[in-house]
Parts: sequence; C-alpha cells; structure tokens
Amino acid sequence: MIRLRNVHKSFGSQKVLDDLSLEIPEGKITAIIGPSGEGKSVLLKHLIGLLQPDSGQVDVDGESIVGLRRSHLNRIREKFGMLFQNVALFDSMTCFENVAFPLQEKTDLPKDEIRRRVLSALEDVGLRNIENKFPDELSGGMKKRVGLARAVVLNPKIILFDEPTTGLDPIIKRAIHQLIKDTHEKFGFTAVIVSHEIPDIFDVAQNVAMLYRGKILQHGSPSDIKNSTHPAVRQFISGSLDGPIHMI
Amino acid sequence: MVQALGRVTIGTVRDLGKTGWFLLYSFYMIVRRPGSPVQILKQMRFIGTKSLFVIVLTAAFTGMVLGLQGYYTLAKFGSEGMLGTAVALSLIRELGPVLAALMVTGRAGSAITAEIGIMRISEQIDALETMALDPFKYLVTPKFIAAMISLPLLCAIFDVVGIYGGWLVGVKLLGVNPGAYFYEMEKSVVWRDVYSGVVKSFSFGVIIAWIGCYKGYYAGHGAEGVSRATTESVVLTSVLILVWDYFLTSVLL
Repeated sequence: MIRLRNVHKSFGSQKVLDDLSLEIPEGKITAIIGPSGEGKSVLLKHLIGLLQPDSGQVDVDGESIVGLRRSHLNRIREKFGMLFQNVALFDSMTCFENVAFPLQEKTDLPKDEIRRRVLSALEDVGLRNIENKFPDELSGGMKKRVGLARAVVLNPKIILFDEPTTGLDPIIKRAIHQLIKDTHEKFGFTAVIVSHEIPDIFDVAQNVAMLYRGKILQHGSPSDIKNSTHPAVRQFISGSLDGPIHMI
Repeated sequence: MVQALGRVTIGTVRDLGKTGWFLLYSFYMIVRRPGSPVQILKQMRFIGTKSLFVIVLTAAFTGMVLGLQGYYTLAKFGSEGMLGTAVALSLIRELGPVLAALMVTGRAGSAITAEIGIMRISEQIDALETMALDPFKYLVTPKFIAAMISLPLLCAIFDVVGIYGGWLVGVKLLGVNPGAYFYEMEKSVVWRDVYSGVVKSFSFGVIIAWIGCYKGYYAGHGAEGVSRATTESVVLTSVLILVWDYFLTSVLL
C-alpha cells in the first residue's frame, strides 16, 4: 500500500499540494483525476521519490521514502515501474534495447533469456517486428506500448502511469486502457493512473481520487465519483464550464 | 535592495555548492561505478577521435603562425636557429593544451550539454531514476573518463602537428637550418615541460566534462532551457580553462 500523509509541496510561491492525504490500496487500479495543471504528475512523482515533499510523509509498504539516501531509495524504487507522459524512451536505443535495458542492468539473465522476455513483453502489448526500430520511427500509440512493455518487463509490484493516453486517437486510447486492464489482470500489480479521460477511466479503475487545489476532493469507487454531489467533482465529470472550477 | 542582494548571494552560494558537489560525486562514481568499457570507448570516439580533424587543422596553422612570428622576432637578434625551441616550448607548455581544450569545448563540450539536457527535458533521466539506476553511471562518468584520457592525447597530437607547422614555415619557406630547428628544440625541451602540458590537458578534460555534464543535467525547461544551458556551458568552460591555466602555470613553472 502507498500512503500519503499531510503532504505539502510548493514551487516558489505556487502551492501545488496542500496538506494532501491519500491511501492507494494494494493490487488495485487507482485513477487520479482532476483539471490540467493541478499537480497530478507532481503527486505521481512523489510516490516514487522523483520529487520530495516540503513536509508530510510518503509511505510505500509501510516504509517512509522521504529524505532517504539514494541507495535506500533505489531499493524501494525496484518495486516500481513507470510509464511517463512523454513515454521517455531512450532515443539513442532501439525498441528492443529500450525494453531489454532494465533486464540487462537489474538481472543476471543470459542473453537468450533476455531476448525471449523482451519479445514476449512486446508481443503482450501487441507489437511485432519493431524491435530494431528507433522510438522516432514509431507512432505515438506504438511508443506508449513500448513504454508499457518496458514498465512491466521486470514484473514490478507497482506501476505508475502518467497520462498514458494523452494525444492518442479514441481507438488507440481504448486499446491502451484495455492493455492496462489486461496486464493488470495478468500480473496483479498496484496501478496508479493519472488521467483526465472521462468517462473511459471509470471502466479501467477500481478506485478514483479527484485532485483539486492541492487536495483530494473525493476518493472512492468509480460509481461513488460518478454519483458525487460535490459541485467541483460534478462539474469536472460533466465537463461543464459553469461551476466552481474556472479554467479560463 | 538588501533582500535582493541576500537572495542573489544565497542563490550563488547554493549554485556553487551544487556545482562542487556534482564534481565530487562524479569522482566518487568514477571510483565506485565507472560505467561499461563500451560506453567509455564510445565517448572516447566522440570526444577524441571525432575532434581529430579540427585539432590537426588548428595545430597546423598555430604552428605556422608561430614559425612566422618567431622567425621575424628572432631574426632581429640573429637567433633564427632558436626558432624550433620557441615554437616547441610555446606549444608544449601553453598553446597545445589550451587551444586543444578550447577546440574540444566548442565541438564536444556543447554536444555533451545538449545531449544530457535533451534527456533531462524529455524525462529520460527520470526514467533511469525510476528504474533504480544512477544516471551518473550512464551519462556522466563515461564522459569524464573519456575526456580525461582523450585530452592529453589530443594535446600531444596538437603539439607534434604544430611543431611540424612551424618547421614548414621556418625551415621550408624561410630557410632556417633544419638541423638547428630540431637540435635546439631537443636541447631545450625538458621532461618537466611535457609533464606540465599533460597535467594541464588532463585537468582541462575534467573541466570540459564537469561543466558540460553539469549544465546539461540541470538544464531548464524546453528547447530554450537546453539552448541556454549549451551557451552557458561553452562560455563557462572556456573561461574556466583560461583562469585555471593561469593558476596551474604559476604552480608548475
């Protein structure tokens, strides 16, 4: 389980997370939704120690990751995989090398076994015969799938998805969501997805938390959120311009 | 006014501390996890081998100018025979290490900053961290090691080509005795001169890798951030090379 307790984070004078508390249950898919620029990616980066809170605690499986030495933090990070918003594939490596990289660096597996696992991971995300291509030669959806293969190849306990479907067409979006559900069913990891894909995300996630003005406004099952009476949650879900959220 | 001054001072001290820490941590990582030999060789090819053309070209013309200027200056005292010594000592002690380092800064230092900067803004460095891997092992230490090995070698090539550039102008064009050119050189250049050139170029290699990697690692946002980091990297590295050269010369003389 991941637990955030009274987390505060500011960048200069801009307060991004304001006394935020949240519990992310083990083995389930939790979606963090909310308007753009409200700090969802910042929250996600706190879970893996890429950002440190100004105050408050972040616990992973009961162990605080705030202020840890790099070696200790790396030990906890071994539980994680992450799919970045811009995928963050290594552009000087081929797709095969990108997916093989964590296996080469973190395991002592022989070359043949690494090759087998990489091809299997790529096949799991529906990609064949692209191993020798560089990320620049792939479409956005294919890059996301290579990123997903790299995130799951070490079979991590927790996977973080930072807006995995942003910028993709509706069919690819649906395919990526289905892929996340299928891989989750297959491997049983804890997933945290930052997304504003309403209503699609309600079909993927088992828990949904809405972030607004640095706090979690509401946290519950997809139906709890869909039936929320909170004006900001209702406005966000309906996509209405009228309500407490002013974007323009 | 006082507040602004305080803010600038604190910011400067913090930046200096961060820069110093970056250098110390890089050396720590060189000892602990130097990176794979393949990565180091790749970087040596990029920093060293690919700089050869520009080094040879610069060295040849620097030696030729030294031959020309040296000849007319020495001719006033009837000491044209000392031309070989003048060219060799200028190159080995000073111009070889400094000019080779400045050329590598322009060619490879800027590219190091741009490469790491782009990896920073496209979250590739974050991706390494999320895999529990230390980015220094993959991005920084191979470049440090490659620069520390390549710079003395490039400097040696610069010296040799420069000496032959001086020989071409002094001996072939202006008629200095070829025996005197090399004999006087051999008599005057001592091991200490060569040693000071090697020490200088080695330390310049550290400066190029240090500032190049540091500026890229902490590049700002977007294309503008990388472009600013690259410019700052070249300017700061060049200035540091010249300042450090003065202090090193005063110690090594």
